[in-house]
Amino acid sequence: MEKNVLQHIDHIATWPVISFIIFFLFFLCLLWWVFTADKKFIKEMSELPLQEDSKDSTPKNPSV
Amino acid sequence: MELQKFYYDNKIVKAFYIATVVFGLVGMLVGLTAAIQLFYPIFNFNLQYTTFGRIRPLHTNAIIFAFVGNAIFGAVYYSLQRLLKTRMFSDLLSWVHFWGWQLIILAAAITLPLGFTTSKEYAELEWPIDIAITIVWVVFGINMIGTILRRRERHMYVAIWFYLATFVTVAVLHIVNSFEIPVTFFKSYSWYAGVQDALVQWWYGHNAVAFFLTTPFLGMMYYYLPKAANRPVYSYKLSIIHFWSLIFIYIWAGPHHLLYTSLPDWAQSLGTVFSIMLIAPSWGGALNGLMTLRGAWDRVREDPVLKFIVVAITAYSMAVLEGPLLSLKNVNAITHFTDWIVAHVHLGALGWNGFLVFAVLYWTIPRMWNTTLYSKKMANAHFWLGTLGIIFYALPMYVSGLTQSLMWKEFNADGFLVYKNFLETTVAILPLHMLRAIGGSLYLTGFILMTYNLIKTAYAGKFIANEEAQAAPLAKEYVATSGGWHYRVLENKPILFTVLSLVAILIGGIVEMVPTFLIKSNVPTISSVKPYSPLELHGRDIYIREGCVGCHTQMVRPFRSETERYGEYSKAGEFVYDHPFLWGSKRTGPDLARVGGKYSNSWHYNHLLAPDAVSTGSIMPSYPWLFEQTINLGLTAGKINALRKIGVPYAEDYEATANEDLKKQAAEITSSLKADGIETPSDAEIVAVIAYLQRLGKDIKAEKENEQP
Repeated sequence: MEKNVLQHIDHIATWPVISFIIFFLFFLCLLWWVFTADKKFIKEMSELPLQEDSKDSTPKNPSV
Repeated sequence: MELQKFYYDNKIVKAFYIATVVFGLVGMLVGLTAAIQLFYPIFNFNLQYTTFGRIRPLHTNAIIFAFVGNAIFGAVYYSLQRLLKTRMFSDLLSWVHFWGWQLIILAAAITLPLGFTTSKEYAELEWPIDIAITIVWVVFGINMIGTILRRRERHMYVAIWFYLATFVTVAVLHIVNSFEIPVTFFKSYSWYAGVQDALVQWWYGHNAVAFFLTTPFLGMMYYYLPKAANRPVYSYKLSIIHFWSLIFIYIWAGPHHLLYTSLPDWAQSLGTVFSIMLIAPSWGGALNGLMTLRGAWDRVREDPVLKFIVVAITAYSMAVLEGPLLSLKNVNAITHFTDWIVAHVHLGALGWNGFLVFAVLYWTIPRMWNTTLYSKKMANAHFWLGTLGIIFYALPMYVSGLTQSLMWKEFNADGFLVYKNFLETTVAILPLHMLRAIGGSLYLTGFILMTYNLIKTAYAGKFIANEEAQAAPLAKEYVATSGGWHYRVLENKPILFTVLSLVAILIGGIVEMVPTFLIKSNVPTISSVKPYSPLELHGRDIYIREGCVGCHTQMVRPFRSETERYGEYSKAGEFVYDHPFLWGSKRTGPDLARVGGKYSNSWHYNHLLAPDAVSTGSIMPSYPWLFEQTINLGLTAGKINALRKIGVPYAEDYEATANEDLKKQAAEITSSLKADGIETPSDAEIVAVIAYLQRLGKDIKAEKENEQP
């Protein structure tokens, strides 16, 4: 049955290849992005929840 | 830059947490009631409103959407404000969200026991409530995104990513799965039929677990675990990879709920492959959580909050390894439709969701009331009661599932089924069902202890409705101090981020659904498969109302053990008029796909009146109300009309004469009953139910007979 279904869509074989390529590239970019990320920035991000919530919350935005 | 003073809204968090505890108690009590009914059926008090088929969806909805849902909202409203250093976008929207959600829960609590259900698992609520859910969900989304847009912290912490993905994906899932055509205010038919309905439903069902029970909880883990352990997450880089790979892969795995069914093979294989791939991001996330505690394990011994979190993450890691294993076809062949699956979901619900919610409550309540926890000892007792509860729940269910499955499949030396009577396999596992109820009671006892502890804590402190905080506003011009633009592009652009998450989750859904929707013209048609007669249609709707699908499947898988027991395996072409599909996911009783013609009308009559009298030891409840209530003939035309609109080929104007056919078929059934000495009015609901049950599998049998020369 699946043969019937798939044959009725034009160029079905390219669909999975295209999705695979898109996401493979996406993950490559993601990995590159993560592994070349600025250490200071990553450290700031990971410490976000620990900045005290209340009165003494000191902004750690580097642009400030 | 000058600091701005503002206030965090704790009042809304408090409201959601009160609702969490109240609905947790209710949901678990209903669950315990259902569990007891599975070995002591009379525990439904012979009332239709409390019968198993109706309270099982009440239990699942109460736990998922009321207990877990309120807990998610409470945690999001608490952490989002603090991570973004701003109050929620709009107090009004917050309260519309809160009361809207509680009204939906109330509507569910009323309609499900009344039997208003679509029968689609975790999406049982009827169409007006579906619309209300959509509206309230959008309110939540606007409030969350509005808050993000007026943040004082430039970058979105990873927890917020998980919250955003939750919002986007649940919206898509809910809308796509809820397409239905209304017949009355509380009755609708699923837009999709048979195989397509099954695929959409389990794409929804699977991802409801993913994006309601998992992603918001991972967000909570990434916020509350560093808080409770007082150290940053083990690897923030890993959390980024965790997020993207999890949301992308999760969405593809839905078809693993339909292995060996009539769903096309390619879709089944896709489900299996992506389920196996899912182990990587899931374990990546779990390890990231556990490794956060490196160097702080001594504190786990002291702090009940950390204890709960550690067991929660451990339960999560076990459940997310078990899930992919269950998606392997050879494992699925033994475990599907059995109590094993019940154990699997409860490991997730009791361990991962329940324990993480407890940790969050124990951590947050003393802080919001500016005090310390009333009794640490009591929290520790709760921890042990809960842990034992999970063990006593899950272990018996694993044994029960495996035992029953092996009994179903056992052949003797002559090639016959050893346990030909399904009931033998049910009776064998009843002691394990009793143990499960004990496990559930332990867990519930712990929950009650927590409730007392938290109330005492609140009374000892003073509630801070508006918590003062200070932070600098965001600079208009953003100047990066180091690195390039690309390091910050996602954390800095919430809308772009939301759109990207949407794209990631849409691709999997589209690739699975487009070909399956195109099947419509390609399903090998079975010429003998005809639409249901009006009487059978009414019977089917009563079958749906009573939640029969909660215990009986209509899907004979292509195994010899099943074809021997039930008859020919199920084909996709058989379900083309099934709005909704009723394949089911659990066999507490036997499969019914081929039950038509197997027993006499009077057998069904007596069996539904007193199952135990016909099959000694049966745990099926009796359905006395079917013998008193009458078929609503006024709805026939509307039902035929609605179904024709979505493609069921009833002749034009058939609705005008449908009731005549109905009465004719009913008269045939009552006269056959009369021949067996049973007098029943021909408009009693039981007549419609018998008509439906006798129809099941008949088309295929007719096809076979036609083939005979």
